[in-house]
Amino acid sequence: MNIIVCIKQVPDTNEVKIDKKTGTLIREGVPSIINPDDRNALEEALRLKDKYEDTKVTVLTMGPPQAKVALNEAFAMGADEAILLSDRAFAGADTWATSTTLAGAIKKMGDFDIIFCGRQAIDGDTAQVGPQIGEHLDLPQITYVEDLKLDGDNVVAHRAIEDGHYVIKSEMPVLLTAIGELNEPRYPSIKGIYEAFGEKEIKVWSLDDIIVDTNQIGLKGSPTQVKKSFTPATRSAGEILEGNNSDKVRNLIVRLKERQII
Amino acid sequence: MNFSLTKEQEMIRKVINDFAENEVKPIAAEIDETERFPKETVEKMVKADMMGIPFPKEYGGAGGDDLAYVIAVEELSKKCATTGVILSAHTSLGTWPIYKYGTEEQKQKYLRPLAEGKHLGAFGLTEPNAGTDASGQQTTAVLEGDHYILNGSKVFITNGGQADIYIVMAMTDKTKGTRGISAFIVEAGYEGFKIGKKEDKLGIRASATTELIFENVKVPKENLLAAEGKGFKVAMSTLDGGRIGIAAQALGIAQGAMDETVKYVKEREQFGRPIAKFQGLQWMLADMETKINAARHLVYNAAYRKSQGLSYGKEAAMAKLYASETAMEVTTKAVQLHGGYGYTKDYPVERMMRDAKITEIYEGTSEVQKMVIAGNVLA
Amino acid sequence: MSIKVITEKCIGCGLCVKSCPFNAIDMIDKKAVIKDNCTLCGSCVEVCPVDAIVMEKEEANNKINIEDYKGIWVFAEQRAGEILNVSVELIGEGRKIADKRNVELTAVLLGKDLDENAKTLVKYGADNVIAVDNEKLETYTTDAYSKVIADLIKERKPEIMLIGATTIGRDLGPRVSAKVHTGLTADCTRLEIDDEDGKLLQTRPAFGGNLMATIICPNHRPQMSTVRPGVMEKAKYNEDNTGNIEKVEVSFEDGQLKTEVLEVIKSEKEAVALDEAPIIVAGGRGLTDKKGFELLEKLAEKLDGAVGASRAAVDEGWIEHAHQVGQTGTTVRPKLYIAAGISGAIQHLAGMQSSDCIVAINKNPDAPIFKVADYGIVGDLYEVIPELLEALDNVDDIVTALKSVEG
Repeated sequence: MNIIVCIKQVPDTNEVKIDKKTGTLIREGVPSIINPDDRNALEEALRLKDKYEDTKVTVLTMGPPQAKVALNEAFAMGADEAILLSDRAFAGADTWATSTTLAGAIKKMGDFDIIFCGRQAIDGDTAQVGPQIGEHLDLPQITYVEDLKLDGDNVVAHRAIEDGHYVIKSEMPVLLTAIGELNEPRYPSIKGIYEAFGEKEIKVWSLDDIIVDTNQIGLKGSPTQVKKSFTPATRSAGEILEGNNSDKVRNLIVRLKERQII
Repeated sequence: MNFSLTKEQEMIRKVINDFAENEVKPIAAEIDETERFPKETVEKMVKADMMGIPFPKEYGGAGGDDLAYVIAVEELSKKCATTGVILSAHTSLGTWPIYKYGTEEQKQKYLRPLAEGKHLGAFGLTEPNAGTDASGQQTTAVLEGDHYILNGSKVFITNGGQADIYIVMAMTDKTKGTRGISAFIVEAGYEGFKIGKKEDKLGIRASATTELIFENVKVPKENLLAAEGKGFKVAMSTLDGGRIGIAAQALGIAQGAMDETVKYVKEREQFGRPIAKFQGLQWMLADMETKINAARHLVYNAAYRKSQGLSYGKEAAMAKLYASETAMEVTTKAVQLHGGYGYTKDYPVERMMRDAKITEIYEGTSEVQKMVIAGNVLA
Repeated sequence: MSIKVITEKCIGCGLCVKSCPFNAIDMIDKKAVIKDNCTLCGSCVEVCPVDAIVMEKEEANNKINIEDYKGIWVFAEQRAGEILNVSVELIGEGRKIADKRNVELTAVLLGKDLDENAKTLVKYGADNVIAVDNEKLETYTTDAYSKVIADLIKERKPEIMLIGATTIGRDLGPRVSAKVHTGLTADCTRLEIDDEDGKLLQTRPAFGGNLMATIICPNHRPQMSTVRPGVMEKAKYNEDNTGNIEKVEVSFEDGQLKTEVLEVIKSEKEAVALDEAPIIVAGGRGLTDKKGFELLEKLAEKLDGAVGASRAAVDEGWIEHAHQVGQTGTTVRPKLYIAAGISGAIQHLAGMQSSDCIVAINKNPDAPIFKVADYGIVGDLYEVIPELLEALDNVDDIVTALKSVEG
């Protein structure tokens, strides 16, 4: 079985801080991590590899050369192969152009049974790249996967919705997107770390290595554009209620009552 | 001289830091309070291949080096010194002697499962009347046919009762003093081998520290490690390496206390500003940071020398002496900088201070380290 | 772009079949035939020795005449025959946009037995309802829904299409946008029409709510957005509203739908209707313990509200994710939001800042939550909340008592 896992290296948004003076993001010193949902996708692929013999897990990412760090971590977790799509022509891509590029690489990679993505990346939260890859490759898809089983040539997945889940069956090849509930990702193993920097090697592909219409990638191929970005306006601080606890609570009640909230 | 870590070592630090943050730190206070050996953590460490970092892959190890192992102990100890010493005792004391002195058969039978983490290792040298002076061993081993018969007891054994494999020192010839000591590989299940009293300790409370009791324990002849009479050498060289592990543990404790303190002094406000703004406290922080870094260089240097095959006895002793005294000093100051809160269990620094003390004592007290260092200098 | 085989030239050598990475070429009667799964990669064009395969490029970058696209569409999501709240919010927002653009608002409704729901959508203010009634659309599947909607868009060319950013809308939206080759902006929290050029300005949070970005889709149509539930104002139901309801027939061929929903399972727990609750009592790491939520539940019960939580509390395992408020949880705008033991990370603030009134209870006077709170109580929540519970029993007495003191 061949599984392709698409991952993204993202800044840890929990660590992102705002420069109070300029109102801009401070990205310096913010650690880069494998996007959390993608880590769940990779873990599930590795579990399938543990369970089914002759399973190959290939990790694919698009990004600058620094994204190799994420691929090395994927190697250390147990991935067999890793491909980095890195070319200036890919830069500035929105989800359409990104998914087109990734699909272009997958077309070059040959047969596969499952493409696994994370539901969404924490720096963008769009949840669009997975399904759009699915569309470009004309694959059936199951998103928000929280449980997965194989059944012959089919997968049976629990797909989370707001108040429960659907049990969905799909034929393979299929595109799946993982959410945190799917599994508990393993830590990279120490042995794996030595293998990652030893015998395993990241393949770096440029535009020439993939099958894609160059008009549909990068900034040029992106239907959407960012017009402006800004830091969200915050509410201003109100009143800190004084006194002992009982006074504070009484004052609160009066104010809420006056505003007819209670 | 090269002071930068390899890519592998960098990644190991990051991974174990994450591991410690997510798996070790959340239960550190609880296991300290209840003296519960964190079996579940050990299982997770096994899955991440942490139990055989410096051993070759062909024996089930991760194929790493001593510095990578030291970083692992340091990172674990930053969050929980108990977890750090479990790994240190297992790797340096329970596993390394077989790697160093074992026959090919012994390596296949014992080293592999230890390095893979299927078995946990421990080391038994200290006796009630033979602490610093190991020559006072009273545990005996008598050859009878295909077996040695072991009698006696050991105390203060780390991982006692939890380990599957023990490296045990016993007298095969009392008349020869230290040259009459031999080392044996003893399995937990051997008949007559019992776990005695479990110590109730000041610190590293979740680490299992127990007595080992041998009552006519039959140990197969092929479990003799190195040769008869070589036990003292096995023990002393093992402790040389073990000291690097303990030094790393001490370093981790100090760094953990430093991290907590830096966070606290930035948050805590008195007289209308964070206490970090007060120069008197800044000077303390500067001293702490400087000593921790000095300790780190000593510890890493000892580990580096060991993996390069250079002599490391003196370096290991210096690293342990300095790192453990730094740990004690830094944690004490950390409690001080936390004020009244630091003395309570609301903050982890009081635990770190209790944990730090043992690093000045076990695997050779600070005084023994000085003997070793002076001995090397004067030799 | 399109590809075609000039049959007169084709000599049936089969080189193209071998070269195709997708098995998208068949040899029928010694002539190459390109199948639907062709991705226009061009491999065959290169290998053909007689130049019998040609690729015809359209204007670069999908130049379309955007003037051809008119009208605002919203996807009216239903589950088990019930129109979701977010769909009513979309009609509310869509109505405003349609009025500003001076065009019609159309709700697209897929499912089975849709008559009642279609009427309801009109009463909420849709000018038109396209109702696609089919057994295979009763429960959402990606293949069926995305195909039906993409075909409708291609045929009728709306300028804007809004979809609720539910777990289903976020599955459907990207698939449809890829099918019709347009841009899609995810999880929008604000939509406006640019006064100058009439384009849709789509504003959304990024970097976990640390940054807001306004996105446009200048050269592709429709301009598509998924819209975060709970953010837009709901449309008002008006019995007098009128509109057209059009039924559209569709059929699906065998094998066209590759996925099948075997079962729909509702979680046993009652759904947490955070987005509906007028009052929310939320807890964070400051609870220090799972038991803290028992206290919050008491307070919520007394206030007729719901219990919310910060991500930290959910990550600790003290409460289910369904209660999570914030960037990766639910966005809420209740009348009253009580944050107990929540420090106020930006990700949390992003999900509750538009509450009418925020009360913060926290030990740490410097907690960022106080910067957005209308009323702040610095103190131990385990002392403050029991006081509050008691006081709520005697609200009128307290008000009178304090009034008389102040008066």
